Order: sequence, then C-alpha cells, then structure tokens
Amino acid sequence: MKKTMYEKIWDAHLVHEEVGQAPILYIDRHLLHEVTSPQAFAGLREAERAVRQRRANLATLDHCVPTKDEERRFIKDPIARKQVEVMIANCKASGIPLYDMQSPDNGIIHVVVPEHGFVHPGMTVVCGDSHTATHGAFAALAFGIGTSEVEHVLATQTLRQKKSKTMLVSVEGELSAYCTAKDIALAIIGQIGTAGGTGHVIEYAGSAVRALSMEGRMTLCNMAIESGARAGLIAPDEKTIAFLKDKEYAPKGDGWEDAVAYWQSLASDEGAGFDKVVRLKAEDIAPQVSWGTSPEQVSGVDGEVPAPEDFADEGKRKACASALAYMGLEAHTKITDIAIDFVFIGSCTNSRIEDLRAAAEVARGKKVAAGITALVVPGSRRVKQQAEAEGLDKIFLEAGWEWREPGCSMCLAMNGDTLKEGERCASTSNRNFEGRQGKGGRTHLVSPAMAAAAAVAGKFVDIRSLS
Amino acid sequence: MMQAYKNHESIAALMARSNVDTDQIIPKQFLKKVERSGFGAHLFHDWRFHADGSDNPAFELNNPAFAGARILVVGDNFGCGSSREHAPWAIADYGINTLISTSYADIFYNNCFKNSILPIVVGRQVLDVLMDEIRNNEGVKFRIDLEDQQLSTPAGTVATFEIDDFRKQNLLQGLDDIAQTLQHADKIADFERRQQEVPWLWAD
Ligand code: SF4
Repeated sequence: MKKTMYEKIWDAHLVHEEVGQAPILYIDRHLLHEVTSPQAFAGLREAERAVRQRRANLATLDHCVPTKDEERRFIKDPIARKQVEVMIANCKASGIPLYDMQSPDNGIIHVVVPEHGFVHPGMTVVCGDSHTATHGAFAALAFGIGTSEVEHVLATQTLRQKKSKTMLVSVEGELSAYCTAKDIALAIIGQIGTAGGTGHVIEYAGSAVRALSMEGRMTLCNMAIESGARAGLIAPDEKTIAFLKDKEYAPKGDGWEDAVAYWQSLASDEGAGFDKVVRLKAEDIAPQVSWGTSPEQVSGVDGEVPAPEDFADEGKRKACASALAYMGLEAHTKITDIAIDFVFIGSCTNSRIEDLRAAAEVARGKKVAAGITALVVPGSRRVKQQAEAEGLDKIFLEAGWEWREPGCSMCLAMNGDTLKEGERCASTSNRNFEGRQGKGGRTHLVSPAMAAAAAVAGKFVDIRSLS
Repeated sequence: MMQAYKNHESIAALMARSNVDTDQIIPKQFLKKVERSGFGAHLFHDWRFHADGSDNPAFELNNPAFAGARILVVGDNFGCGSSREHAPWAIADYGINTLISTSYADIFYNNCFKNSILPIVVGRQVLDVLMDEIRNNEGVKFRIDLEDQQLSTPAGTVATFEIDDFRKQNLLQGLDDIAQTLQHADKIADFERRQQEVPWLWAD
C-alpha cells in the first residue's frame, strides 16, 4: 500500500493497538522547559516512578527568563525564579541535560534543539509547547502536549494518540523578492483558517517549499499549529542531510550512511492519498500582515483592513468586528497606513540567524523612527554569537534597536517584556491573540524584514517598494 | 496518583450557573505555580473572594450548609474555555469528586477522568429536580453508586447515568493513564529492544 510520510512514521512507532482504546505510540525525543513540566515531575515523584529514557530528553530555560543580561543573574519575579530553580533541580535529579541561563547553548527550545541535531527525520517528538511542530521541518512527527502527557512520556516513553488525517499543502512556483517562509505560513492560514487543519497532520510540499532553507522550513512548520493542525512535515532532502551532518547528536561513523538511507525512504510514496489537498501559487503571495486577533485575520501588505460585511459567514463577521474594536482599527484602512509603537524580532518562529540577517539588511544605516521601541531577541546564545561575529548586533544597536539575551520574551510576555495597554507591535512571533503580548497590547504578525522596515518607517511598508 | 472512586453519600452543593469556563474555575494568575496540588485554595477565586481577600458570602460554595460537599451540581456546558488541566486539579484539590450537569466541555470532561473526578451527565428534567431538592433542603446528601451507574436522593429520586465502560473501570480501580499504559510495559520494552538495532538513533 502507498503511504504518506505521516503514515510511515506512525507505523514505525506503533507499540500497541486494541479496540476501544487509543493506540500507544513510542516517543523518540521529549523536549522540556520550565513552565509545563514541574507538575509532571512532581507527579512522577508522588507515584514513585522514574524517568524511563533519560537520553530521550533535552531541556532548556526559555519561557519566563529575563532577556536583559543584568536581570538574568537574579530573577526578580519570585514565581518565575521558583520555576527556574525547580527546573534545575528536576533535571539534576533525573539526569536530563539542561541548557540553563549560563550555558552557551541556552535559548528557546525549538531553536536550540535543531542546533544540536537532537531531532532526526522519522522521529516522534513531543514537548509541552504547542509550537513543537517546528521540528516537522526535519521530517519528524512533532507536536505539543499537556502536562499530564508530559508525565506520561517521562514515565513510559510513549503517548496514547488518536491517528490524525492527512493534508497536503502544496506551494508551487517562485516567491517574489522579500517574501519569506513566514509569508507562506500566514498566507496558508489566511486561506484555510485557524481550524482548516483541525484533526490533520499537514505535509508541506511543492517547489516553493523545497526552495526554503532549513530555517525557513522551521518557520513554516512552526505555524502549522496556528492552522489547527496537529503537526506539519516536510520531506527530507539534501538540505536536511547537510544541516544535520556533524551536529552533536547526529549519527556518526557508519551509522551516518544507514541513517541517511533510512531518512531518504521517508518521503510520501508517489501517488499516496491525502484526506485533503490545498494548493497555493507562490507568485500570489505578498508580504503578509495580520490585522486582527487571530492568525487567519491576515492580509497582503498591499491590501486593507476588511469590514465585517466583507465576510459571508456570521461567525467571521462577528470575529472581524470584535477584532477591529480590540485592535483599534477602522475598516478599509490601508495596511500601509497603520502606525506602530513597538517592534519585536524574536520567538521560535523567527529568531534564527537567517531571520536576523534579513532584518539587519533592512535596518542597516537607518534609524528606528522616533517614539518606537525596537527589540531583537535572538533565539539562542549560538544565534546571538553568530550574529555578533557577523556584526549584526552593531547594525541594530547603531540604528537604535535593543539587543537582548535569548528567550521567548514577547512571544508570550511571561518574562516581564510586555506591551502596555493599547500599544501596537509589529511582531515576528506566531500568535496575535488578545493580550498575548500584554494586557490590551495589539499584535501584528509579520516577517523579520517587514518588522525591520516598519521600525524605520514607524508604520507598515511594502518592502518590495524599498529596493 | 489516582484514587479509586468508591460509592459514597455526600453533601451536594448547588451552583446554578451555565457556561462556567476554566478561567473562572481557576484564574490565570495562578498558573505559574510549580505544584499540581494547592489549587483548591484558588478554586473559583474571583467569585469566591472579595478584592480584599475576604470570603464573599454570596458565593454558592461559601454557604455553610455546603461545607464538606463532595458533589457539585452545575448548569450546562461546564468547563468550557482554555484547556488548562489546572481546572480539574483545583476541583479535586478542593475535595469535590463528583459533578452533575447536563453537559461539559470536551477537553474538561476528559481531564476529569485523569483526576479521579466523575462528571455525571443527566437530562434536563432530572437536573431541575435535583437542583430543587438542594434548594429546598440545603445540606442534603446524595448517594452515588458508580458500579450500578445510579444516583439517588432522600426525596426518592433515582436516576441512572451513562459512562464509557473503559473509563468506569479505570475510575473504580484508580488506574491512571500511566498505570494503564504500563500494563503494556512488555510491549514497550520489546519496542526498545528493536530500537537498539538502530544504534544511530542515539549519540551516546
Ligand atoms: S517562543 Fe513562543 S511559541 Fe516559541 S516556545 Fe517560546 S512561548 Fe512557545
């Protein structure tokens, strides 16, 4: 039988199946951070259970850590400090490697894990964070889980899972200059909606997807969850293999050849059936800007904010009206007329070296507009170091940006970096929900280059017009 | 760890509100805690306490007649909103192990079983009768018999309820998800043995 990549990975990890119960799936890699794991470790202790596979786990501190160097030595928020201390103690007691704040490998979980080659094609990967889908860029079945499931994985190295349906999202053609993986991701969500992928695992394919770098593929898969999908996957190719070669956790010696041969067998079989197919043309995708409070409320930068009447569906009409009220926007405002107060470049969606290069290229030699706060939060220490080696930090600092230590920062605004009530932010993160970046804060999702251009102009600009 | 659910006779508290969401069950300022326990102190925080921290006597669960209640009778669609598992943690930690309503939000319903809570579904008419019985006799005790899937009251109401058999057995035996999966520990070990033949999966 012809199989999709998802079905191949699923079949290879099935431990047990019986009627009336959800199948048991083996989990190869478990990623941890300080916010969703403490109760799971406590549960293990209470039940006197041990961590089953220490080496399947890797942990970091990212969600609640300060991004200002001087605040990292002593976290002022007592609850955040406690979370960090408990994480350090839990990892120590169970022998799980932890990239703590002093580690040169510290950073956002979904940024540091690929840097170390900890996830390989064909693996199953979970983490108590919904953007775990990022690792689908490496053809790994990767998804977010809740705290009880974190405990379940620690104790059994398995999960009870219902099998998902499959969905192919194909993007053919060539992206126009300045359009990025982020714009593809937002355009897809704009087209299929935040529930379009519900119950499905998406496989991204087509020439525009294959043309993306590994960083771009991570950005695309990262946003799979925002379209409601359980996970996103991209078939491995020579870029995947080159990226993993010689990484710390990559297969070594003879094992490397065997591994590569296995990875190459994972792609969906020619003619394998998908439950749903969506096709986009890369040429049609303009740089995207979200205007509302859901990632599906998005427009090309050359478009305008819609009016509730523009939607046929009653629910979408209401959602539009309430989004406009929250966002403080009038219907029919041109996207390029929206002025901003804040710019955030960071998060596991867009804080890798390629993202910082793209933003720096736009920021170079141009000052941040008056009254605007602009922040760059590299995804990891390694990204930060690389950027500094290339002089990107100087470009940002000279242009008036702040250059911070790594962490989730304003992606979820749990560490003290937040918007104030009513402030409007051009953000490279992944969620524009009400209050996500601070109570009353207004988030517009964009690519790094678009964010940098907005910082210079004080409003959104079509970067295609800058060249 | 899960506790086995035993038949019991307990005070039934009444909260005649519909669409109670998980943010009301446990407000988000309490999510930064590192323990799973202790959430009971914050259950229904914003309703239960005044801004100065004192008890709000108008809130249902602060009614002295309901002290020690293990059963909570609530309106439709209980537990909607965010999927946070802190909501059932708070309910269980407060001491409630049985809910009675016409309907629950999906994820919340599933999460109840992971925390030894029995969410009983009854029809509209039965719910109205039960609510009236509590109003007329605050502090009344209901009897819950999970084995026979039956609830009964001193006024003579007897109602049966549906529950998935797999879930019922797990509640009765106090089997948590992990314990159930570990019943297949031999299969997991087999899988791991086969994995050893693919040494490149592991770096060390
Ligand atoms: S950057 Fe945002 S989405 Fe990514 S791991 Fe951190 S909180 Fe989650």
